[in-house]
Amino acid sequence: MSSKDIDQVTGVETTGHEWDGIKELNNPLPRWWLWTFYGCIVFALGYTVAFPAWPMISSATTGVLGYSSRADLDTDLAAAKAAQGDLLTRVAQTPAADILKDDALARFARAGGKSLFKVYCSQCHGTGATGSVGYPNLNDDEWIWGGSIEQIEATISHGARSPTDPDTHFNVMPNFGADGILTTPQIDVVARQVASLSGIKGGEATAEGAQLFADNCASCHGTNGEGMIALGGPSLNDQVWLYQGTLDAIRSQIQQPRHGVMPAWGTRLGETAVKQLAVYVHGLGGGQ
Amino acid sequence: MTTQNSDTLADTPDAQTYDVEAVNSATRRQPLYAPRKKIFPRRASGQFRRFKWLVMLVTLTIYYVTPWIRWDRGPFAPDQAVLVDLANKRFYFFFIEIWPQEFYYVAGMLVMAGIGLFLVTSTVGRAWCGYACPQTVWVDLYLVVERAIEGDRNARMKLDAGPWSANKLMKRVAKHGIWLLIGVLTGGAWIFYFADAPTLLHDVVTLHAPFVAYATIALLTATTYTFGGLLREQVCTYMCPWPRIQGAMLDEHSLTVTYNDWRGEPRTRHAKKAIAEGKPVGDCVDCNACVVVCPMGIDIRDGQQLECITCALCIDACDDVMTRLGKERGLISYATLNDYNRNMALAMGTGKVIQPSRVRDQLTGRLVDAVKRTDWRSIVRPRSLVYLLVLVLIGLGMLTALALRSPLSLNVLHDRNPLYVELRDGAVRNGYDVKVLNMTPQPRQVVLRLEGLPGATLSFADGGSETAGPIPVTLEPDKVLPLRLYIRVGHEALPSSPVPFRIVVEDPATGLDRSVESTFEVPEQRR
Repeated sequence: MSSKDIDQVTGVETTGHEWDGIKELNNPLPRWWLWTFYGCIVFALGYTVAFPAWPMISSATTGVLGYSSRADLDTDLAAAKAAQGDLLTRVAQTPAADILKDDALARFARAGGKSLFKVYCSQCHGTGATGSVGYPNLNDDEWIWGGSIEQIEATISHGARSPTDPDTHFNVMPNFGADGILTTPQIDVVARQVASLSGIKGGEATAEGAQLFADNCASCHGTNGEGMIALGGPSLNDQVWLYQGTLDAIRSQIQQPRHGVMPAWGTRLGETAVKQLAVYVHGLGGGQ
Repeated sequence: MTTQNSDTLADTPDAQTYDVEAVNSATRRQPLYAPRKKIFPRRASGQFRRFKWLVMLVTLTIYYVTPWIRWDRGPFAPDQAVLVDLANKRFYFFFIEIWPQEFYYVAGMLVMAGIGLFLVTSTVGRAWCGYACPQTVWVDLYLVVERAIEGDRNARMKLDAGPWSANKLMKRVAKHGIWLLIGVLTGGAWIFYFADAPTLLHDVVTLHAPFVAYATIALLTATTYTFGGLLREQVCTYMCPWPRIQGAMLDEHSLTVTYNDWRGEPRTRHAKKAIAEGKPVGDCVDCNACVVVCPMGIDIRDGQQLECITCALCIDACDDVMTRLGKERGLISYATLNDYNRNMALAMGTGKVIQPSRVRDQLTGRLVDAVKRTDWRSIVRPRSLVYLLVLVLIGLGMLTALALRSPLSLNVLHDRNPLYVELRDGAVRNGYDVKVLNMTPQPRQVVLRLEGLPGATLSFADGGSETAGPIPVTLEPDKVLPLRLYIRVGHEALPSSPVPFRIVVEDPATGLDRSVESTFEVPEQRR
């Protein structure tokens, strides 16, 4: 092994390593390759100086360029905010009804409202704003407190029966059964009268029922049960029911009514966010 | 590496000597790197050189002129024949306009390019490398400049070896200056494929173009100058994977540039003397003309090798010599391994050495008729025909798809949450996100209607009244129109279970229509 081991075919020296008769040639590197390799080493060293690299005990070297991914994120977020800045200001300054007339602004407000809705509203109204028993569906054309953009905005801003907002929508349906205003047979008669307005099974219009309805219900729910938005009296002559449209449910609601509470979001989220939410909810298909 | 106990010195019996030589002694040390040996290819002339000039002219013309070709698409689309419009996500190629979702056309082109590579390589070998590869074309272009300034091979070698002088400095500055200029023009032409060429040229010259345009020019200038001027054959030998891939696709029926040693050997520079001595003499006069013209710096007489790009300049050089010597051309020629082996067997007969007398007529000196000459029959075989067939089939398939593609398209997405909405009057409403794609550069009027959903009325979320009939919709040229569609079915007509139906868009002007099936969902308790 003292002499060079020369490959017969190529005339090139081998490294002496052999696998099943195949020997590794010891060709020198091309010069450009070598310099590229050196270049990479120099670059790598420079990189570790310029950028955070060397691990220390509790952190790492910060690098002379002062780069950090956190600062990068802050910059990006600030840039994103700045990009919204003008639009957000315009939303703040434009009345909700006028936002609807401006396509670009409405699209922006709706997108913002959609994400706000997911965070603040979906817990009660559902992610698709379909609501559930006791929580209104916001997609349909039934609005207890009104379905115009201004009315929706007011409802979101001040809430319903909110203890924190003096301007909140407020009404209370009397405890007709529990407080002894009507007797149990009377409740049954008037419940059947109400059910008959929208063709619910078990509904029956009677003279007594009509009289009871006119005396006790019409002042808030309207002469024909068409509802009264100013007082928040839901309409009783349609197919949309907050507490289910069955005879039992109607009876129970007259006996001892349930009342939902919605927080006043105006003070918590601010006027601009409320406006975005109103635009979003108005655009779900039921807005008037 | 040591051999122990080889010898013992008589005077010092306890000390041993070893039969060893230091691995890294100065005499044995390998250089850490191998410096490049410069190649000074001599100018060749002949049929292949002429063909290569032609290919170079055609390819460079295509590259530089294409972005400037105009193609009228009306006022709503760019009038550049070939344009990759990244900002608007459109690709224009003459009468074809491709949207991003039709990227499968590009995939199909790539598949065709792959099969085309198989076909070309299996028949005519590394033709891409030798003629059409940008590296080859641009190196040729750079060599033209080099020859014009520094002269041909000998003058260049002399200049290179000589000391620095004003003349040498001037020539070098001029050469590299023009090379850089070509690089700038190369990079400059590239960017015109991505924006309106005249506008961009104006912007570039007046320094108003976007930064990315200048960065692209700078990058391509650097790569063109480095690859075409400085690295040259090293790109093909060390950097490019193509020779390896192509080498694996060659077989004994593929054309390669071949030194026909069955007629060339034994080579001699003193043919007359050898003949007088009665020695066998081949056609090769060992003039090295084939070596001096080679841009890859190889000797084709060593046989087919990785470095050979089959540019065929050695064929031109050798044919020139053979013609002048009054011998038959084709000592170096395009040949298949099969034909070569047959001729080799003919030349050797039963022996182990080449006998020139077996392939040559003794009286006329012409090659005998038994010699197999490579022609088109040598390369046509089932494999190449299958490649051709596949290529044609895919091409026809793509053409058919292109011819049948609709310039009007429709996408429909039913709302998932809520699936349906119950309304006050007992009606049920479903919401749909509808997208109508107008893939023509003209505005068009279409109507949207329903099929198979009786009693339904339509309305759009952003206004407009409800209607049972078709709704007219205006489509902007070359745009997607997103629509928020509500379909409402009244209490009386309400189906008892979800019903499938079709949403249709129709262009009354052309009669073209597209439809998509969707479902109308109804509440559970109504079923």
